[in-house]
Amino acid sequence: MKTIDRNDFPLLASYTVNEKPLVYLDNAATTQKPLQVLKAEEDYYKTSNANPLRGFYNLGIAATESYEMARHTVASFLHAKDNEIIFTRNTTESINLVMYSYALQVLKPGDEILISILEHHSNLIPWQLAAKYTGATLRYLYTDSEGILSEEEINQKLTDKTKLVAITHVSNVLGVMTPVEAIIERAHEKGAVVLLDLAQSIAHTPIDVKKWNVDFAVFSGHKIYGPMGIGVLYGKYELLNTMPPFLTGGEMISSVHEDSVEFAEVPQRFEAGTQNAAGAIGLASALSYVSEIGYEQIIQTEVDLMQYLMDGIKQIPEVTIYGPADAKLHHGVLSFQVKDVHPHDVATILNEDGIAIRAGHHCAQPLMEFLRLHATNRVSISFYNTKEEIDFFLNSIKQVRRWLGYGSQTSIYTNH
Amino acid sequence: MDLRQVYTQIIKEHNGNGYHKHHLKAPTDSKEGVNPSCGDQITLELKIKDNVIMEAAFTGYGCAISQASADMMIDIIEGKDIHEARKLISLFMRMIRNELTEEDDIELLEDATALKDIAHMPARVKCAVLGWHTLEEMLP
Repeated sequence: MKTIDRNDFPLLASYTVNEKPLVYLDNAATTQKPLQVLKAEEDYYKTSNANPLRGFYNLGIAATESYEMARHTVASFLHAKDNEIIFTRNTTESINLVMYSYALQVLKPGDEILISILEHHSNLIPWQLAAKYTGATLRYLYTDSEGILSEEEINQKLTDKTKLVAITHVSNVLGVMTPVEAIIERAHEKGAVVLLDLAQSIAHTPIDVKKWNVDFAVFSGHKIYGPMGIGVLYGKYELLNTMPPFLTGGEMISSVHEDSVEFAEVPQRFEAGTQNAAGAIGLASALSYVSEIGYEQIIQTEVDLMQYLMDGIKQIPEVTIYGPADAKLHHGVLSFQVKDVHPHDVATILNEDGIAIRAGHHCAQPLMEFLRLHATNRVSISFYNTKEEIDFFLNSIKQVRRWLGYGSQTSIYTNH
Repeated sequence: MDLRQVYTQIIKEHNGNGYHKHHLKAPTDSKEGVNPSCGDQITLELKIKDNVIMEAAFTGYGCAISQASADMMIDIIEGKDIHEARKLISLFMRMIRNELTEEDDIELLEDATALKDIAHMPARVKCAVLGWHTLEEMLP
């Protein structure tokens, strides 16, 4: 087992704002990259670069082997088979692939697509369109005000009419986890197929597509310490094998004639054009990095940091936090508001101290409407964050209202 | 750039509840302006008579910079004819985009000159121009 080492992440040590060290608390947007991942990408280009799946020469074979080894690493990480892993650009592309190549093929008027109110726009807009294109109805699972989904709600909304359930594993706004195993079991009883959006969960909790018996699962490499521009679609082979291609073109065919084409086997059928091989190899390196540290150590560290953050933030009377009270249920994500100060102003003011946090609707506008909020601030942590950084953040937050001329009951002046 | 000065000026003159943040009794025109990247929204109301902006007001929700900027804008465009208002919008946009020339007199923008440093804060440019952009689209 590898111990957590912040020095693996060069950007965290070098970047400064106003000569202050960066405090990076926007890990739900994207994570920083360890040297191991940067080196893996560089090594591919230095030692194995050719166009995978095409070359009849040694270097081409080496490139193919590296690319397929990356696929194997991803498959093992998710507990899937190699031919159930398709490389895409990101979560959004993976969801759109399932929308076009599966949903549009099977949905009929009167069928229902079921999503939850927690969804990121990337797992929402494709289903609005799928409903529009096919005449199916889009329905929502609603949560309580903390984001918790009840069994009654699932049983009531997931019916014989439901043909597809697309649901997030962890909310990018509230950090809460959905009861995926119960949803998948119920969906299969009703004959529905389930797509799981792992974008926000995969860096914080172990994934087992086989044990869960899920049909599709998607994520982006950059949210789990991998490169940008590489994503994954997991699909059960039996399903993928029935689906037509999404994008068409090079290296996704078995034969082409002037007026006809035979498509390649899965997964090549869904990987048209030259692929991001270096990205796939970087992603595999990131997953190996996470495996070496182990989820046990990651969860322990991140829950400890979240508990420390929540204990501290609760001491500031002008701050309201959203989601569950239990730090263990937050999966690295905490949304909050500072009384009378718009979240964008909070984020701008914190930037003066070198602190990076998110402000806005977090690409989840229907959830914000449901919670009757316009915008929130969001802190999202990684195992590489420290308690010193949380202290620094809490001190900075205590000053925010003064910047806008409001009094504060907490008059702790630091180095402003 | 001193962020503290920007906020201080905003607070002094146009804090959260600006002078012009209300509805007009009988507006001749109203339009919603939205910043899609952050969800900020204002509705601008105008009373235009004989090509002169007699009255203006706004409602909505947004950050201190977007709200204060709209409030400052209304301060200077009330009583101006449409031609003058257009010139002021163009001047403000040049100031925010850091494209001012030697002939420009930013004092014409009165309090809104406090937002000059936004030109160095790319993340906040859209906030500062929300009201001005909405007005530009409304003018006949």
